Parts: sequence; C-alpha cells; structure tokens
Amino acid sequence: MNTRIFRARHAMGRTVRGPTLVAKDGFSARYDLDRINGIFSRPSHKLAGQSYVGKILVLDTAKGGVATAWMLHEMQSRGIVPLALVLNSVNPILAQGAALGDVSMLAGFDEDITAAIPNGAEVEVNPEMGVLTVVD
Amino acid sequence: MKLNDEEKDILAGKAGPVPQQALQHQIKVGEFFGAEDMVAVTQAHLMADTESLGEAGVRWLEGLAAIVDGQRRVRIPTITDPRGTDFANADLLGQTSAMLNLERRAISAFEALGVAMTNTCINYQTIQAPTRNEHVAFGDTGVVIYSNSICGARSNFEGGPSALAAGLTGRTPRYGFHLPEMRRATLRIHVEFTPTSLNGWGALGGVIGRIAGNYWAVPVIEGIEGAPRSDQLKHFGASMASFGSIALFHLAGLTPEAGKLTDVAAPGLPGLRVTRADVDELQRSYHTDDQVDVVVFSAPQLSLFELSDLAGLCDGRRFAVPLLAVTSPQVKPDADRIGYTARIEAAGGKVLSGMCFYQSYAREISEAMGWKRLATNSAKLVNILGGYGYRPMLASMESCVDAAVSGKLART
Repeated sequence: MNTRIFRARHAMGRTVRGPTLVAKDGFSARYDLDRINGIFSRPSHKLAGQSYVGKILVLDTAKGGVATAWMLHEMQSRGIVPLALVLNSVNPILAQGAALGDVSMLAGFDEDITAAIPNGAEVEVNPEMGVLTVVD
Repeated sequence: MKLNDEEKDILAGKAGPVPQQALQHQIKVGEFFGAEDMVAVTQAHLMADTESLGEAGVRWLEGLAAIVDGQRRVRIPTITDPRGTDFANADLLGQTSAMLNLERRAISAFEALGVAMTNTCINYQTIQAPTRNEHVAFGDTGVVIYSNSICGARSNFEGGPSALAAGLTGRTPRYGFHLPEMRRATLRIHVEFTPTSLNGWGALGGVIGRIAGNYWAVPVIEGIEGAPRSDQLKHFGASMASFGSIALFHLAGLTPEAGKLTDVAAPGLPGLRVTRADVDELQRSYHTDDQVDVVVFSAPQLSLFELSDLAGLCDGRRFAVPLLAVTSPQVKPDADRIGYTARIEAAGGKVLSGMCFYQSYAREISEAMGWKRLATNSAKLVNILGGYGYRPMLASMESCVDAAVSGKLART
C-alpha cells in the first residue's frame, strides 16, 4: 500500500477517513451550497451539482460571509455535512464553524493541496497529528 | 494560550457553565490560529438569522438561555445583525409560520442572554461606530470591513457563535486583525476610475475582492479621487468582503492607518491596476436577462440618505413588479416620520425593517413568490444570490426603479 503524507499548520477535530472531493475553488456554506439536498448549488462553482455529503472536501480557501459559523452545526445535526474540510487557507469563520459543528479541519500546507490530492482518493485526516494521508 | 486569573476562573466554571462553554470555544479557535492570549473587547455584534441557525442552532441557544439567571448574561454591549424576517411583512415574502416561530424562539433566547435586538448590519452608521484601535468582536463581514478600514477598529470576522462567546466573556482570542503586523498591506491596487454610483462602488469592491482573494490579504488602494461618502464605502467594503472574504483595506491618504502609503506598505509591494473596464465587466457579467421579477435594495441595509434618494426616484411612478427596500429598525422610524416610506410605498414599493433579503430564507422566498430575476444595486447581493437559485442583476438605483416600472432592465 502506498501512502503520501501532507502536513498542515492548522488543525482541529477528530480523525476521519473517506473519499475526497477536490477543486481549486472557494467554500462558503451560504454562497455555494444547497444545504437541504447536500450539493454544491452555486452555478459558477467548480463542484456545482456534486454532493458533498460524507466527502472530505479539499478546496482552496474560505469565501463569503459569517453564516458558515452556524451552518456547519446545523448541517451536522441533519447528517448532511462534509466529513472534513481541507483547505490551503481558512478564515476565522470556517474555524469557528468547525469548532461549533464538530467538523474536522486541516489548513495551511507547503504546497497547493488542491493540486496535490487526487479527486476521489481515499484519505485520512488526522488533526491531532496535523496530517492528511493519501491511501491508494 | 496564556490565560489570566479571571480567564482561568471562567474556564474552571466559577462564573457558571455559559461563560465556561464560551471560553472553551474561544480557546479552540484561538489555538487553531496560534493566538498567544485573549484581548478585551468593548462591543460584540452577532449574526444569527434563523436560516443559518436552523432548529439545531436555536435549540443550542435555548440551552444556554435555560441556565439560571446571573450566570448567562453578556458582559459587554452585544447587539444583533438583521433577523430573518420583518414580522409585519412576512406575508409579502411568502414566509411560513414555522419560519416565524423559529425566529421568535431565537429572539427569546437572545433576550434571556442579555443581547440587545438591534437587528442591523449598519450599526457603524446607526448605533455606535467603533473608534481607532478599539478592539471589538463584530459579525457580518460588511460591519467588520467598515469598522476595521474606515474606523480603524480591530476585529476579525466573528461568526455568531464566536461573537456571542465574546459577549459572554468580554474578550476574544488575539490573532489576525487584532495584531498590528497583520494590518499591514499585502498588495497595492491602483484604481484608475473613481465610481460615483453605489453599484459602481460595489462593483469596484468586488473586483478588488476577487484580486485580493482571501481573508489574510490586505489591499492598500491608491487613486481614489475626492472623499467618498459613508454609503459609498459601505457598498465598497461589503462587496469586497463578500467577493474576497476581505476584512481590512486601506485607502492611501484617506483611511486612518494609511495617512500616506508608506504607513502601511513596504517598499516594493506588488501592485496591480484596476480600470473602468474591469468594473464595467463585473457589472455586465450579471446582466443576464432583460426581464425582472423583483427589485430589491438591501445588503447592506439602506441608510436614511439612500431612502431619501430612493423616495425621490419613486415620486410619480407606478411599479409593475414588486420593489423592496430594506433598512434598519433605527432608520425606519425616521423614514416614516420624514415621509420617505410613504413616497416609496405610494409607487407600490415596500420598506422593510430589521431583516436583510439574503438572510431571510432567500431560496424559499424565490420558490414561494416565483422570483428568479432580481435587480438590485447591491454588488454584495448579486454575489450571494446565485447560490440561492436567483438570476441576480446589478444596476444603478435609477435603472432598478425604472425596471420596477416597466418590468425590464435596460442595458447600460
């Protein structure tokens, strides 16, 4: 089994493992998502029409306003939520939302994480160690 | 994080479970960003519309509100961003009783926590603007960027849970824009065109927001002619924050921390030019239809001066499609008393108060009312509403009012 490990400067939450959904694009729960149906709904988003439920989202940066701070908690309560968030950079809102919503998150890598991680790959996010591991 | 004795007591539960839980949340966020300690804040501004909260969020608030009085109230002035409805006009928006009941429950919980229900995103125009170097914990990105940039105050984006935590503990983690070194410019923008209209200022903010690209970027902007008005900078900042997640900008020679360029910018800082064509292109990109189902002025809430301008444009007109103008509960009584509301509503428009359009179940409003093609002069609003299933179009206030009369938005 081949593994590749990526180290993050910022980390929060529990260890989770699952498939990735990757795009060089931003993330805002209010701007980008149909939270009822669990899909990216913003037409211009690179993941438009795709389900984020149970996926480890690998995206570029946090976008938009402050609503995500509440919305991750609400999405978690219904189980219509990403398994984890992995980003090149985050804003305080995503961190605050992940803290309240108990969503695992990694951010800040030495390379563009959206270029390094294949879409659909099986990965493990380990916030305690601050690492993402790709398991082929 | 280093905690002082008072913070250690709060964390140990000596002030009760509500401040304890709030501080635990703040430490989690502070440690994520490498904050060394906490900083005292003087005001908190709390975004918590019920579309964002959902049933889960309201239950969470009700859990805090159920704690015995004396152990659950905010320690500093803590005010609210717009609610998810204007109760008096909920029918006009097709909102359901379930939405309104959730709103009432949230309001009850906030009141039990000692939060003042100001319901405004223009508190820097209507409640109390922060002063230079004042550390605050503000939610609503438009409020933060205006307070940081125009007032010289110090705030990060504080989402609802964190702004409430700051209200309950009187402090916030010291990271990001509470630190002087993080407020230095990271890129230079030379603007070759100074807009006059509010939509033009919003579009310029959107262009710069897209260029800057992320929360930690701080653009310093040169080339602005004259002294922009508060409403112009309100749309400029709100749009920049919306398009780019930007929390702070400097205007060389205009804003408090950038008396001159070198006050905030290191020599050799990379620069870009923004032209009139860039601003026009952003506006044109949103003109995707000629028919209009609804006209909305909102995001941010309108000032008294904006309502005055709108009233002047409404005189003698008769609207064929709905026109909504959204303001704050502080401005609305003045607009009523001075007569702006009556003039807008005589043309068939409606002045709403205490809400903001995109924070009010915009998707459900679209489905209930059949509104898809929406004209507005708010660049922030067009940036948000695409994800809610709208076809939002950006135009001047004058063109939007014309569209409300004819049902068609003229190409510019």
